[in-house]
Amino acid sequence: MLVTLHVRLLAWIALFLTALPVSALASGEVVTAAVAANFTKTIEEIGARFTEETGHTIRFSSGPSGKLYAQIRNGAPFDLFFSADTEKPELLAAEGRADTPFVYARGRLALYSPDLPVREGWQQVLEEAGFRHLAIANPRTAPYGAAALEVLTSLGALERVEPKFVQGESIAHAFQFVATGNAALGFVALSQLVDPAGPVFGKGEFWLVPEDLHSPIDQAAVVLERGRASPAALAFMDYMRSPRAREIIERYGYSIP
Amino acid sequence: MLRGQLTLRAGDFLLDSGEFEIETTGVTALFGRSGSGKSLLLRAMAGLDPQTRGHLHFGTERWQDGRWRLPASCRDIGFVFQDAALFPHLDVRGNLDYARRRAPGVTVASMVAIAEEVGIAHRLDQDVGSLSGGERQRVAIARALVSRPRLLFMDEPLSALDWGAKAELLGLIETLAASTGVPILYITHAPLEVERLATRVVFMAEGRIERVETLRDALARPDSPLFDEEGPVSVFEGELGAPGDFGLLPFNTPGARLWLVGTPGRKPGAARLRILARDVALALDAPGRASILNQLAVTVEHIEPESGGRVTVVCRLGDGQRLLAQITAWSAHTLALAPGMAAFALIKSVALVD
Amino acid sequence: MIELFGASISLEPIWLTLQVAAVTTVILLLLGTPLAWWLARTRTRWRVVIEAIVALPLVLPPTVLGFYLLIVLNPNGAVTQFLRGFGFEGQLTFSFTGLVIGSVLYSLPFAVQPLMHAFESLSERLLDAAATLRAGTLDRFFSVVVPLSRRGFLTAATLSFAHTVGEFGVVLMVGGNIPGQTRMVSIAIFDHVESLAYTEAHVLSAMMLVFSLVVLTLVYGLNRRFGVKVG
Repeated sequence: MLVTLHVRLLAWIALFLTALPVSALASGEVVTAAVAANFTKTIEEIGARFTEETGHTIRFSSGPSGKLYAQIRNGAPFDLFFSADTEKPELLAAEGRADTPFVYARGRLALYSPDLPVREGWQQVLEEAGFRHLAIANPRTAPYGAAALEVLTSLGALERVEPKFVQGESIAHAFQFVATGNAALGFVALSQLVDPAGPVFGKGEFWLVPEDLHSPIDQAAVVLERGRASPAALAFMDYMRSPRAREIIERYGYSIP
Repeated sequence: MLRGQLTLRAGDFLLDSGEFEIETTGVTALFGRSGSGKSLLLRAMAGLDPQTRGHLHFGTERWQDGRWRLPASCRDIGFVFQDAALFPHLDVRGNLDYARRRAPGVTVASMVAIAEEVGIAHRLDQDVGSLSGGERQRVAIARALVSRPRLLFMDEPLSALDWGAKAELLGLIETLAASTGVPILYITHAPLEVERLATRVVFMAEGRIERVETLRDALARPDSPLFDEEGPVSVFEGELGAPGDFGLLPFNTPGARLWLVGTPGRKPGAARLRILARDVALALDAPGRASILNQLAVTVEHIEPESGGRVTVVCRLGDGQRLLAQITAWSAHTLALAPGMAAFALIKSVALVD
Repeated sequence: MIELFGASISLEPIWLTLQVAAVTTVILLLLGTPLAWWLARTRTRWRVVIEAIVALPLVLPPTVLGFYLLIVLNPNGAVTQFLRGFGFEGQLTFSFTGLVIGSVLYSLPFAVQPLMHAFESLSERLLDAAATLRAGTLDRFFSVVVPLSRRGFLTAATLSFAHTVGEFGVVLMVGGNIPGQTRMVSIAIFDHVESLAYTEAHVLSAMMLVFSLVVLTLVYGLNRRFGVKVG
């Protein structure tokens, strides 16, 4: 009596254990992608569509590109890498850790202020430089920061406003400085302003910086060593080029080259 | 004179002294079982606890009035704690100096004199951690005296000491009380310490002051809380004389002379004598030839009701001092003892209090 | 700027870091001592709440604290407006003052907790004894509490200093990375890592590591030597 009970219990446990991975595998492969923090929200929406259409699961690990790069070089288990710049994917490719990079999105720079009339009067605002702080992303580490520096140089305003710089470590950080009112204005990403769920949506005003004032803020992606053998990873990379994905990317404030 | 009424809550325990008036001359013992609130009352009187309520006057000075409290640091008091409470970061001299620098007009010379009197002059440069229990307590006493207190509080200063150190310190405190003239409030639960030191006893029970009376009155009650399993005790104050023939020592009190044997080395002078009531027998006629040395003429003052086949008879000596005798109820009945009768007390044994 | 192991290292962040840490430590000792004393002695049931608040920086991610500071200290916020009433013209964020405020909050438990433990282990009797020897409240504090809590003070000062030197999240958030004003060592290291200047990052990190090790060793050594014997 006791024995049969045990056998039955074991059978249930065995069934339960085998059922778990089966159910996970049934819907397809699992892909892990490292994503630059600023692009997380966009790619999650694309990923959800991708899963709907293909049944493959895609997981995103987001963080600053530099950190992700260091992790990849030190053996982090990622299949794909979506960087916030082109430099790091190119380095990985040159090191043989990744395939050829492709530009999946181009960031748009905007000068945003909650109070100052920057949409029409950006020129005057920058010339007078009557504000206390102008937020930019760190030009040494963030492409948006480097682009902002180029814009100010080509406008001839750099010398006047440089002493007013406060640097965020990322574009998200620079955006926080402005959004919390600690800096009067700042060069931020268009994607941060057009997000309906964002904190400044519909508040203040911005000047969308023409793309010819700075070198393109290209964001490149690569298939990493680990992803080469994964059909699902390659499929997602293809999906990123699809009209459906492009539509989402553009809606989030990026352009596509 | 300490006059007032104090309340203080500590956890579940409530001290509620009731109105009291305590003469502050000589040594006043605070006596009661552990947990009767002695320490709490002393802390409240010293002003050490901010939760204290009620009122308190020292002479004409107001020390406590409702929530208002004169800080302990402004009361010119000394306090000797059970555990000495010496400052561990200072040596012996540093501890005494701590008191000296805060007491107006106390010189280093007088500080050293106190150290000598208390018997710790040779330890001045030692770390307090290297002292024995008795020495620590001596330093604590010296420190309190250096600050020139008008009233000295002592919270069971001997309870943590071994028998030898206890006896030594008891003698020291007795001497100091006489030589310095500082009134002392002394907590103890040892009847012997009370009988040795006190002129007055404050009895405490369950957080209340039950009564304040002189030691003599306290001992005249056969139900006195001071009496332990040995039963009622009488204590006589008097003078010890020089030893005579057969090693007999005379002890003179105003109303009588008693004889002691077998206390070698005891110096003549003021002393207290202790007599157990059960060692006292009564006779109506003067005994003829008998071996009992000490025979005193007394008057029966009062007879306590019988308990366990025995009665305690309160007798009065010529000078008003009281002597308790414990005899069988049957003897009392056969002798037909009654208040006012003259009798002879036959004392089988007497002992000095020390 | 100095050259070290082939990396050019700016000394400015190091100097700034030491200044912020020193000022923070002094403020924390002045502020933390009464707070720790109150916490160690009070019988109010609010004590646990205050204790929890003081300990918050231990569990809160520093960037969270930094983010809230960014909101609380912003130029239109109540704090800045309040200071404006006293003629304050500057801005709290992106300034030395802001860094110090952030560091003080962030390192608060590191100052308060050692002090609190030191005060708690102090025998109440000794304070009573001092009171009966005519020592008033302040007198008691300086003549009994301070000498008997030396270890606590030493530990509090060291931990506050070292923790401020190593802090990153808060200064990252409220600092703004202004060279010479708010760029501290930890931010400089982060910059080097992010811009793939690994040599500079290594040199600076090694300098911090050695510095911290030296300071801690020194403190533990002093602690051992001047430790208070309680007999």
